[in-house]
Amino acid sequence: MTQSVVVQVGQCGNQIGCCFWDLALREHAAVNQKGIYDEAISSFFRNVDTRVVGDGGSISKGKICSLKARAVLIDMEEGVVNEILQGPLRDVFDTKQLITDISGSGNNWAVGHKVFGSLYQDQILEKFRKSAEHCDCLQCFFIIHSMGGGTGSGLGTFLLKSLFDIISKIDLMVNSGKLGTTVKPKSLVTSSSGALKKQHKKPFDAMNNIVANLLLNLTSSARFEGSLNMDLNEISMNLVPFPQLHYLVSSLTPLYTLTDVNIPPRRLDQMFSDAFSKDHQLLRADPKHSLYLACALMVRGNVQISDLRRNIERLKPSLQFVSWNQEGWKTSLCSVPPVGHSHSLLALANNTCVKPTFMELKERFMRLYKKKAHLHHYLQVEGMEESCFTEAVSSLSALIQEYDQLDATKNMPVQDLPRLSIAM
Amino acid sequence: MSIVTVQLGQCGNQIGFEVFDALLSDSHSSQGLCSMRENEAYQASCKERFFSEEENGVPIARAVLVDMEPKVINQTLSKAAQSGQWKYGQHACFCQKQGSGNNWAYGYSVHGPRHEESIMNIIRKEVEKCDSFSGFFIIMSMAGGTGSGLGAFVTQNLEDQYSNSLKMNQIIWPYGTGEVIVQNYNSILTLSHLYRSSDALLLHENDAIHKICAKLMNIKQISFSDINQVLAHQLGSVFQPTYSAESSFHYRRNPLGIDRHVWPPLSGLPPLSKMSLNKDLHFNTSIANLVILRGKDVQSADVEGFKDPALYTSWLKPVNAFNVWKTQRAFSKYEKSAVLVSNSQFLVKPLDMIVGKAWNMFASKAYIHQYTKFGIEEEDFLDSFTSLEQVVASYCNL
Repeated sequence: MTQSVVVQVGQCGNQIGCCFWDLALREHAAVNQKGIYDEAISSFFRNVDTRVVGDGGSISKGKICSLKARAVLIDMEEGVVNEILQGPLRDVFDTKQLITDISGSGNNWAVGHKVFGSLYQDQILEKFRKSAEHCDCLQCFFIIHSMGGGTGSGLGTFLLKSLFDIISKIDLMVNSGKLGTTVKPKSLVTSSSGALKKQHKKPFDAMNNIVANLLLNLTSSARFEGSLNMDLNEISMNLVPFPQLHYLVSSLTPLYTLTDVNIPPRRLDQMFSDAFSKDHQLLRADPKHSLYLACALMVRGNVQISDLRRNIERLKPSLQFVSWNQEGWKTSLCSVPPVGHSHSLLALANNTCVKPTFMELKERFMRLYKKKAHLHHYLQVEGMEESCFTEAVSSLSALIQEYDQLDATKNMPVQDLPRLSIAM
Repeated sequence: MSIVTVQLGQCGNQIGFEVFDALLSDSHSSQGLCSMRENEAYQASCKERFFSEEENGVPIARAVLVDMEPKVINQTLSKAAQSGQWKYGQHACFCQKQGSGNNWAYGYSVHGPRHEESIMNIIRKEVEKCDSFSGFFIIMSMAGGTGSGLGAFVTQNLEDQYSNSLKMNQIIWPYGTGEVIVQNYNSILTLSHLYRSSDALLLHENDAIHKICAKLMNIKQISFSDINQVLAHQLGSVFQPTYSAESSFHYRRNPLGIDRHVWPPLSGLPPLSKMSLNKDLHFNTSIANLVILRGKDVQSADVEGFKDPALYTSWLKPVNAFNVWKTQRAFSKYEKSAVLVSNSQFLVKPLDMIVGKAWNMFASKAYIHQYTKFGIEEEDFLDSFTSLEQVVASYCNL
């Protein structure tokens, strides 16, 4: 089994990260009754003998001594990380795996990316290298950050670039703020009062829990047993048909926060229906009325293959799949349900419904950019030029165009292409 | 006459466990409606075929377990040990940490060469334990990355190193509506490679077995366990010793020899669990049919229907294409049972469908970058398509 490292960047990233570690501990505590350090726990936690000074304390088997999160915490101001280190999870974090500064990035991508990027480049790589050394077989980095601020967006994308350059074999999964999409290292500028606050009426804690649950469910089939396992590398293999179209929309059912322990169990089939409804998507999007390139269903709990098949057959007619992937389903069954529930479903889709989000983003960007509003804050940072902006926009436009082309094929009849003819 | 089983990937290992379990529990089942001597000969033959000498009285399966991640093998080993009836050999496993990511290219081009020596060593040790080795039974799926890609690689190696032994691959055909999105790519790559190195491909479709569970067995919530047990049951009734009056050891007929008098190596397997054999045999033209009957009244069973020339291709006489093996010793708890192993046009439709879907996807170049990054190029895909179109055409022309 492999290990993953979680990199939490900026306020958003660290707050979500904190929720994640809390939930992960609860989940493993519920499953691991005997207190033995096993492969499942080792995917996210190290087992450390805290009496040993320095680096020698790692224990690979036997009883759990002290669990340390495989995490790197990065923030350019101290408040959030300090709060975490004083809170109930303080013992879970390795204090050597932190990078903090004092002044913050001032919601300026350029400051996060260019200034702090170059300042902390070596330290960042050092922490990554350390966390990799602690792993038997490191498979994946999860990077949690927002797009709207300065550190999460700027420094977050900077470190992505460094990782890409050095580690080509390891999967990178990027969880971007509350959007639940994966983002390549070209971050766009948005004003901080942006869409995030308008979308959600509940406090951030509830939202963070949802994203944290997403991460847990994403990795459940890799950590726990089941009749149809799904490893992390299978996610990118099946859901990314073309390298540039790697944006995934997720939906989680049932949706719950930590305090909702007494939700009445929904009927199993209702869970599947909910996963495809607009309201359960973690991105403001409607996949049902757009085009699916691929869809993954990751089920947890007491659900068998016949339940899965029945629901796929039932829901298929109302969904539109691209012509060359009419049966584009990837499925997995994990026997271990999430804490407090008998079953759950995480649906990941590669769907053209992300296009409106990108278009809106571009529109909002252009409104500011045309007036050159706030531009001087960015351009006065060394290394930042107007070309950064124009390149970012053109790459976004190219992406939108790809989705446009796919959407154009939506209602066309599916034709079988002429096959190779063999002379007998 | 011993058979070494190689279980590959999650599917292969999960099924492998059920097969050994079914074989042993049939062997232990009550007298089997025959004389005690008959029964003892049958049991001895079954033991020798699939298990090696007991350690503390517990038979050890003649099996090699291979997977690129540890969870399934760990589960399989412990389930076997828990049964108390049999177990797997301690050193019969090969395991890695990272999995194959549903990528045929990764299983074939990366894991294969990297672990070739270790895997072949374990297999060799298992073969050496056999007094009289008759061949390999390789269990794998087509849809994933390890079973399919590494399975194709291992089979090729077995062909190179054990060219005189028989190799039969048990292949699981995935559900039509997707377990894995790239399953059609993985399937065509697997089938075209196995075509060259395997002696016989025994195919089971998840969809078909699912229907059996639903319609014939009335199981409400069907799990993979149920499906695998049905499959194991079928395989058990094919592979358990069959009575042969010709040789002095009555139960030594080589089950892998089913394919000896048949060529192109694709076989289909519709199952029958009662004596009332299905009369409408699809009118798919056959190259060869084998009926295996077990239990009560086998000697008086009427198999004339199978000799109808209408069932066979024009260039074969039924007498050359049809065989029946009758064994009085009943299988498992069934008073009478029958199995049909058939090499016929039955497979044309599913094969054609998979090739068609893979072709449509290939035309758009979707997912191809995932394969080329591990050395499987577009040309390799085209080669596979060509091979399989030829197979389809050959069968259509029967």
